[in-house]
Amino acid sequence: MCETCGCSDGAAVKVVNLKTAKPRDPPSEHPLGDTHYHAYHIHDAANSHLYDHGHNHDDDHIHDHHRHSHASTVLIERDVLAKNASLAARNRAWFTGREILVLNLVSGPGAGKTTLLERTVRELRHKQTFFVIEGDQATSNDGLRIKAAGAPVVQINTGSGCHLDAAMVARGLAELKPSFGSVLMIENVGNLVCPALFDLGESAKVAILSVTEGDDKPVKYPHMFQAASLLLINKMDLLPYVEFDLDRCQSYARQVNPSIDMMTLSATTGEGLETWFDWISAASRRERGVTFPQPAEAAP
Amino acid sequence: MHELALVQSVVEMVTEHAQGCRVRRVKLEIGKFTCVMPDAIRFCFDVVAAGTPLEGACLEIVEIEAWARCRVCGETFVQETLWTGCRCGTQDCERISGDELRIREYELGAAAAF
Repeated sequence: MCETCGCSDGAAVKVVNLKTAKPRDPPSEHPLGDTHYHAYHIHDAANSHLYDHGHNHDDDHIHDHHRHSHASTVLIERDVLAKNASLAARNRAWFTGREILVLNLVSGPGAGKTTLLERTVRELRHKQTFFVIEGDQATSNDGLRIKAAGAPVVQINTGSGCHLDAAMVARGLAELKPSFGSVLMIENVGNLVCPALFDLGESAKVAILSVTEGDDKPVKYPHMFQAASLLLINKMDLLPYVEFDLDRCQSYARQVNPSIDMMTLSATTGEGLETWFDWISAASRRERGVTFPQPAEAAP
Repeated sequence: MHELALVQSVVEMVTEHAQGCRVRRVKLEIGKFTCVMPDAIRFCFDVVAAGTPLEGACLEIVEIEAWARCRVCGETFVQETLWTGCRCGTQDCERISGDELRIREYELGAAAAF
């Protein structure tokens, strides 16, 4: 809680009027008139860490919510990630309004995210409408593979960036325009560390780990596995050839995240894919069954 | 390295809040479980602050301990690891602190000369 005025940290989820929603333009003021919200410009994904400060603040902005402990010290208590959290909340509200299931696929490089996504799009597109956002530092290689598999796709190149953030996703959405009731797959940059810190507005994070990577990954990268709702253990066709203890890996995952769901599969041979497809279908049905976000419990 | 992006955010946020006035000190609060390395933050800060009103400013980092509240018995306790559970045996806990990445305060004025 903010010591200065008693407000809660973090951005609020908003109900979006679909007839007037304009996701390309950041709102000039928060719909609830919250003086703690600051409008930021969506930054260019190719120069992913430059910000445009073309807008003006009110003169009394600096006095909104700080106090001086002595003459020159200014107490501001500002969350560094407030901007990303705010944009992520806006993305999330937009997705909920359109009943879109959004899965943020995270893994280390080479775990098989793109191959799994290709196969998922190819085999499930008769049942689900897919849209894909691909994230990599450079090239459109993965985007082109997904396009060939048959889904509309936007490739985001982060340049030197090691993760996707909410602003990049918002920019991708403006190009992609996912349809009502569809499934949006966001393939994040291959990285088990940084993406855990940056909320994109997704419905759930799905972590992918391959049997060639080592069974202790969940405890070595606990933040990511704690943030994930589902763990897919991939490349099961290679299990006979590697030193990977499946029970130990699952036990580590449960240690870090007792409520994580787990599946074993092979994107190459097709083993276990039906269970993954059923999970997606069930999750999408849940999104489409919820028309309005449930109100949060009142704070004590 | 995302610490660079985070430090750029810090410098921009303080510059904007101070309305361009010179800043001599910035205090950050970083939770124990926040995925940032304080050393990497310090490394980036001098580089990013150069040429801005924060040039030469002293960067203070306060590490915030990770506290959790048990949803079963209500006890609050310090979490040593991300998955440390309550003494009552459950892991169903709510984190109270330890995830912060916050600019606590800054001090106006010219940076101290060396």
